[in-house]
Amino acid sequence: MWLRIRTLIVKELLASALDAKTRWLVLYSPPLLLLIYAFAITQEVKNIPVAVYNEDAGTVSRDLIARFDGSPTFSEILYFDSWKGAAAAIDSRQAAMAIRLDSAFSRSIAAGKPAKVQLILDGRRSNTAQILEGYAARIVADFNKELAGDDIRPPTVIVARAWFNPNFEPLWSATPALFAVLTMVVGFMVSALTIARERELGTFEQLLVSPIRPFEIMIGKAVPAVLIALASAVAMLALGSLVLQVPLRGSIILLFAAMIIFLTSIVGIGLFISTLASNQQQAVIGLFFYMMPAVLISGYASPVENMPVWLQWLAESDPLMHFIVICKGVFLKNVPASVIFEHTWPMALIAVFTLSAAAWLFRKRLT
Amino acid sequence: MGRPLAQIDRVTKRFVKTGPPAIDAVTASIAAGAITGVVGPDGAGKTTLLRLMAGLLAPDEGALTVCGFDSVREIANARPSIAYMPQHFGLYEDLTVIENLHLYADLRSVDESERGGVFERLLDFTNLAQFTKRRAGKLSGGMKQKLGLACALMGAPQLLLLDEPSVGVDPISRRELWRMILELADQGIGVVWSTAYLDEAERCESVILLSEGKPVYHGPPVDFTHKVEGKVALIRNMPGDKRDVLMRAMEAPEILDGVIQGNTIRLVLNNPMAEDQLRSALSLADAEIEKVPPRFEDAFMASLGGGPKKRSPFTARPVHGAAPDEIVIKADALTKKFGDFTAADQITFSIRRGEVFGLIGPNGAGKSTTFKMLCGLLRPTSGHARISGLDFAAAPSKARARLGYMAQKFSLYGDLTVRQNLEFFAGAYGLSGKRKTAALDQAITTFNFAPYLEAQAARLPLGYKQRLALSCAVLHDPDVLFLDEPTSGVDPRTRREFWTHINAMARRGVTIMVTTHFLDEAEYCDRIALIFRGRVIAEGLPDELKTRSRREGADAPTLEQAFITLVREFDEREAI
Repeated sequence: MWLRIRTLIVKELLASALDAKTRWLVLYSPPLLLLIYAFAITQEVKNIPVAVYNEDAGTVSRDLIARFDGSPTFSEILYFDSWKGAAAAIDSRQAAMAIRLDSAFSRSIAAGKPAKVQLILDGRRSNTAQILEGYAARIVADFNKELAGDDIRPPTVIVARAWFNPNFEPLWSATPALFAVLTMVVGFMVSALTIARERELGTFEQLLVSPIRPFEIMIGKAVPAVLIALASAVAMLALGSLVLQVPLRGSIILLFAAMIIFLTSIVGIGLFISTLASNQQQAVIGLFFYMMPAVLISGYASPVENMPVWLQWLAESDPLMHFIVICKGVFLKNVPASVIFEHTWPMALIAVFTLSAAAWLFRKRLT
Repeated sequence: MGRPLAQIDRVTKRFVKTGPPAIDAVTASIAAGAITGVVGPDGAGKTTLLRLMAGLLAPDEGALTVCGFDSVREIANARPSIAYMPQHFGLYEDLTVIENLHLYADLRSVDESERGGVFERLLDFTNLAQFTKRRAGKLSGGMKQKLGLACALMGAPQLLLLDEPSVGVDPISRRELWRMILELADQGIGVVWSTAYLDEAERCESVILLSEGKPVYHGPPVDFTHKVEGKVALIRNMPGDKRDVLMRAMEAPEILDGVIQGNTIRLVLNNPMAEDQLRSALSLADAEIEKVPPRFEDAFMASLGGGPKKRSPFTARPVHGAAPDEIVIKADALTKKFGDFTAADQITFSIRRGEVFGLIGPNGAGKSTTFKMLCGLLRPTSGHARISGLDFAAAPSKARARLGYMAQKFSLYGDLTVRQNLEFFAGAYGLSGKRKTAALDQAITTFNFAPYLEAQAARLPLGYKQRLALSCAVLHDPDVLFLDEPTSGVDPRTRREFWTHINAMARRGVTIMVTTHFLDEAEYCDRIALIFRGRVIAEGLPDELKTRSRREGADAPTLEQAFITLVREFDEREAI
């Protein structure tokens, strides 16, 4: 039995290594995607042009605008002499934010009365808009503090420190989750295509008429898929810490241990889909059918806590959700082993379930 | 012969710059009102030639004139006169027969007012009138081809290009298809019919015989066959085993080619020879030898240089089993139901040691279902399949260890090298250590794989691929060998070589089970079972089936004619 399983594993690894398409899909494309996505996310909140419509002629307003100009978040200040122009800039996505100061701005401040700054944000880019609003609020608050000077007792000041990512480096917060998603994609690709491909080639029947038992085929397919996905994960990790310089503060050993469990559960799902499909095309379609909701409820894009309770329960059964938590923990925080374990055992449970389901379906499809 | 509809002038087409051309300096002409056969094995360049004529490909060298227009520059003018039916005709499986017709009428801009008449004529011609509401996907292989033909005929073309229309079509539908095509040729249409079946070549008025892209012959098939006139003989009532006789005959220098044909052996000689001379040359004093008219295949084999002269290395292997009459494969009331549909109904037969047993039957008749149940790929709904007394239901892994299996398309791992493929199959059959080394060494020396060991299986020449697939299937020295359409589409020489190995294995006690829709191949079997509508409707020696369907006053039927008669009779009995 071990001989047969070993033979299958060797064949599977060789076939993947020798096939140029698989090699590209598994080893080169995920690190590349990591790089592209990571920088795509970075572009979102840096180098944003701002539109300004200043009706005020005083120096105070110019001081305030100068502060915006000095901030690295905003690449360029676009001055408009009509409100229409500023609005059009947002409309055409030239600017993501517009600042409007009315003609009474300097006068109100000189009179000690509250003055208003209007911010217009592009709601279509809600994420960016929120971040920009935060930046703008901080600039205005600093400005206020200085205006007040020493003669007024300063109000209570909130000093915020972002732990784990002190500079709010977006690359840091994006990379761990991205790493988790891409690891999943590789695990899926390798496992979901494998049985379907053999079915297409006609080699599958050749396997079935040999003394190899169905569960041996399952193991012989699952192990190489996990190994290949691990290799791809190593490449992405290296890229993440060497090129993107995302910290890796936790235990790499624990990360890999969790990753093996995670990949086993993913490969189980992949093999299930592969068994169901009669060709590679169907397998890929089946995969996307699963992957879209799995990514959406995983907490990758929006926090799981904000979802309705029933969806949170569903998220518990999503291995990606657990693995993202582990990745974020290990990359940025050095979380204790107990937290990792807390998210590993549900994945182990899912793995047992998905693999047995795949094996069951595999046997059923044979008759 | 009518005027030429298409002229092919020294046309060469390459798909890979450095590789051999797919079509190599072919010159030919296609006549109107006649059937021109483009004949050759898979990969000979038939489809490429048809696509060149249809103007879908441009030649690298040479030129084509189709319906009076250049196939590249003036193709738009020629297009209304050309109808091209590719191998998998572009039927929309979810549309009904009539919807498909409407679609093609739209594409060919057939006027709305004319459609009624045109459709009626086409439906009548193809016998599809009663199926107009049926979805194309639910039609049988033969009916699909007829519908495809109807669609292709929509715009009243002058030139009809048919790419392997008889693939996947049972003999009855094939005969009907030919009848329809002959009728079209009579109406003046120039028909180009591509095929890998050499018997179809004889029915064409002219053939273009291709081998690896090169033109072997162009002209009337009779002239080609005439080259071996007087050189073809049949041996009947030979003493001893026919495979033995064939093997020794092939070693005689006078013999160019030989195949088993039912209980007889068909020989092609190097030079015309009297029967007595031949008898003494082969030292077959008691056998009946008779000269017979040559067939196209005989001439093709002669032009290829004849069949394999060497003995199969399998001849020397030790003999399996002691008792020759032992039953090795047993199908015991095998039944398989898919929902309401009974794909196989109480199929029963037994196969003795060393027999070559053929399962024949039209597509969808239950041939593959039966085959799959016998090699453990499908679990029967009821009944038993036993290999050497082992039931698949009880001991699947043990039973499977006894059998070798070779699938239709040589299921090898194309990315792996020859050595890696052999090693994989050795491991899959649980061979390790010394046994593995011995098995691999034997396989490598048997077929002289040494120079190819590190080559990727996908890049091997066809003949080597077939040898490798066979080697992988028999590495563990199985008792039983299952062959699924082993040589369909393969050139006759490679097929001959394959069968010398199979014959050698059968002689030493390996039981062989073959499925085939290729009736010439069925002639190589000791016994055949004809499967139709999920049942065995006839079983016996190929010659017995032929005799059974022989009608008074008629010539000895071919196996194909026997097949048609038996199926018709079965239908008539069922109807009562």
